[in-house]
Amino acid sequence: MENMCKEDLMELIQSTNFTVIELGLYLDTHPNCPCGLSAYEDHSRTLKRAVDIYERKFGPLTIYGVDSDTDWTWVETPWPWQKGCD
Amino acid sequence: MWTYIKMLEFPVNIKTTNAALATAIMSQLGGPDGEKGASVRYLSQRYAMPDKRIVGVLTDIGTEELGHEEMVAAIITQLTKNLTMDEIEKSGFYQYYVDHTTGIYPQAASGVPFSAATLQSTGDPIADLHEDLAAEQKARLTYDNILRLSKDEPDVYEAIKFLRAREMVHYQRFGESLRMMQDNLDSKNFYAFNPAFDKGATCL
Repeated sequence: MENMCKEDLMELIQSTNFTVIELGLYLDTHPNCPCGLSAYEDHSRTLKRAVDIYERKFGPLTIYGVDSDTDWTWVETPWPWQKGCD
Repeated sequence: MWTYIKMLEFPVNIKTTNAALATAIMSQLGGPDGEKGASVRYLSQRYAMPDKRIVGVLTDIGTEELGHEEMVAAIITQLTKNLTMDEIEKSGFYQYYVDHTTGIYPQAASGVPFSAATLQSTGDPIADLHEDLAAEQKARLTYDNILRLSKDEPDVYEAIKFLRAREMVHYQRFGESLRMMQDNLDSKNFYAFNPAFDKGATCL
């Protein structure tokens, strides 16, 4: 994960984030399901690790992930709809 | 409290513009069964929901719908990027263009602006959950209609297919929510009167 390029790491984050959202919805109505809980545990750990690496290397994904040492990077990286048709 | 994540729930990378298709897809932003109505509906209904698990469902699905609004807006933005005046005039997009240029405004494909009159928050959990089940089906069929119009646009097709699949999963979760709600009704409440408001009434 540490050596992944920006695009691959974003793809991993998007797919893992989706898995976590989907498991979350499932667990809302099945809060005691052991398989659901352990899958949630695994995927949310992977997601947290991937987000930490991404934010450190490529810029913030949430306002809590801004490295404000030099400048306000939150508004420097492109917004998610700003691609395609270039 | 919400936190924005600077990414789309599912990638949208559209390489060719198509103004006519953008006009149709607009309905899933501000139309009668669109994503904006979905998020307003679910996030509003939470406050009258007595079961904390179902408040979780409404919160999480309502939040996901905000992400879907952003995906639909991204699709429309990319489908209308760098349009020529000729394309705008010939595609029928000129009717939207005259008021909004290529900005994003929540309206139906027919041009009717978004209205909260398309949704309900009744204060009755059972009535609301029935509305939510219907809403997911209506959104799913709207995506089916859009898919039939998007056959020649693979980049659009993939993103719309993802959004359609989410409607089906939400329908499942709302079905379970309704069942949990009904399983926990007072056994004397045969006709499923409002369990959030009429709880203490002896005349029911």
